[in-house]
Amino acid sequence: MADSAIELVGVNKWYGDFHVLKDIDLSVGAGEKVVICGPSGSGKSTVVRCINKLEEHQRGTIHLFGRELTNDPKSVASIQGEVGMVFQQFNLFPHLSVLDNLTLGPMKARGLNRADAEERARHYLTRVRIPDQADKMPKQLSGGQQQRVAIARSLCMEPKALLFDEPTSALDPEMISEVLNVMVELAQEGMTMIVVTHEMGFARKVADQMVFMDEGEIVEHGPPDTFFGNPKTARCQKFLSQILQH
Amino acid sequence: MKKLVVSLSLLLLLAGCSGSGNWGWYVIDPRTSGGWTNIKFLISGMGSTILISVIAASISIILGLIVALPGQSANRWLRLVNRIYVEFIRSIPLLPMLFWVFYGLPIVFKSMGMNVPIDPFWGAIITLAISDSAFTAEIYRSGIQSIARGQSEAAQTVGLNYIQTMRYVILPQAIRRILPPLANQFIYIVKMSAFASVIGMQELTRRANELVVTEYRPLEIYTLLIVEYLVLVLIISAGVRWLERKMGSDERV
Repeated sequence: MADSAIELVGVNKWYGDFHVLKDIDLSVGAGEKVVICGPSGSGKSTVVRCINKLEEHQRGTIHLFGRELTNDPKSVASIQGEVGMVFQQFNLFPHLSVLDNLTLGPMKARGLNRADAEERARHYLTRVRIPDQADKMPKQLSGGQQQRVAIARSLCMEPKALLFDEPTSALDPEMISEVLNVMVELAQEGMTMIVVTHEMGFARKVADQMVFMDEGEIVEHGPPDTFFGNPKTARCQKFLSQILQH
Repeated sequence: MKKLVVSLSLLLLLAGCSGSGNWGWYVIDPRTSGGWTNIKFLISGMGSTILISVIAASISIILGLIVALPGQSANRWLRLVNRIYVEFIRSIPLLPMLFWVFYGLPIVFKSMGMNVPIDPFWGAIITLAISDSAFTAEIYRSGIQSIARGQSEAAQTVGLNYIQTMRYVILPQAIRRILPPLANQFIYIVKMSAFASVIGMQELTRRANELVVTEYRPLEIYTLLIVEYLVLVLIISAGVRWLERKMGSDERV
């Protein structure tokens, strides 16, 4: 599958004796959206963290855009600018203004000059609909705004794919939709995305593939129609009934 | 605490004035010309004590960072270098290290064909700086580790390398938490600089020792010596507190 954007084959990972990822196979085509859900501790965050090398896997292979992810520091560095990441806790740099949060990567890692980096930053701030917050400090913004800044920060690196690790789990309910709206727009513009989330409304709207994980393995995997309409495994049925009952 | 200090010094003073013959404050009585000369002699060591401490602390702050950074690396050999340095330096008492640097190091240089004389001034500074750097490195370590891991992860995902992550993301945040303990460490250096007296450095303690030898009044002279350090440290403490307040009010995290 040379045309896959992201390709995981037989990926295994252990924390000491604890087997967190068991034979994970996942193939994501360019422009595809994959939503991963599952109970906490199922390893879903670990999957995306392995894809951008925040964690190391011990067995199996991960290919990004045809190149294998190795432990060679150079390969790690080149991958980490290409695959953007949005964290549950935003992880904005609290000592830098919104604008400086956005320009840091492009200037230091990509060698852009300040004017170009700021132009790019303002462009993406406009896309996440907070163009007028550029000079504020992160803590002056609401949670939803902070997460949109974090998305804009990832976009400023002009990544080929974006990973989202429970991007709305730390947000107050009224702020979730403003973040999801931005994500839906990104999806519609053709961004390759892997999203760990329990927002099933979002999943139905954008997902090309649904993945359900439990205890470190992929239990169920398929297109959203069959995934929601006709889940095969009891574990997945139980999980879906729990999160969809409200 | 304050009460205790006041009553203790009052007691000492009264005892001195009682004329029992055991006390002789005349030796440092500013009203007599002899006493005033002695006081000026004792205080004249202050400059060296401050200079040695400031230079040693400055070196230690830079050296400590250089030692601390490999300790944060993913590379286990770099971490090992950091651990060995910290554990080794931290375990050497100051006085033996001072002797080794002052009397031993020139011989080491000579055996390598270099003629590097080490005078008491630089001998004291080198020893204090190296000895202190192990502690400074640990202060940096705790400061860096106090910054949430998500910060360095976020820096990585926007393509920053290790050095850039430290320089632009971690250290600017850690410095607020590092500065107060670093300033505290400076107080420690000031006190430890008294050891420089044994290799002949003319600082506060050395001056006191020399005066004791000529005046035979150890109690009064060493009492004044302690007061000199007390004043010096109290001034630095006030500075540290001012710094902490400033850092606190500047807190934006």
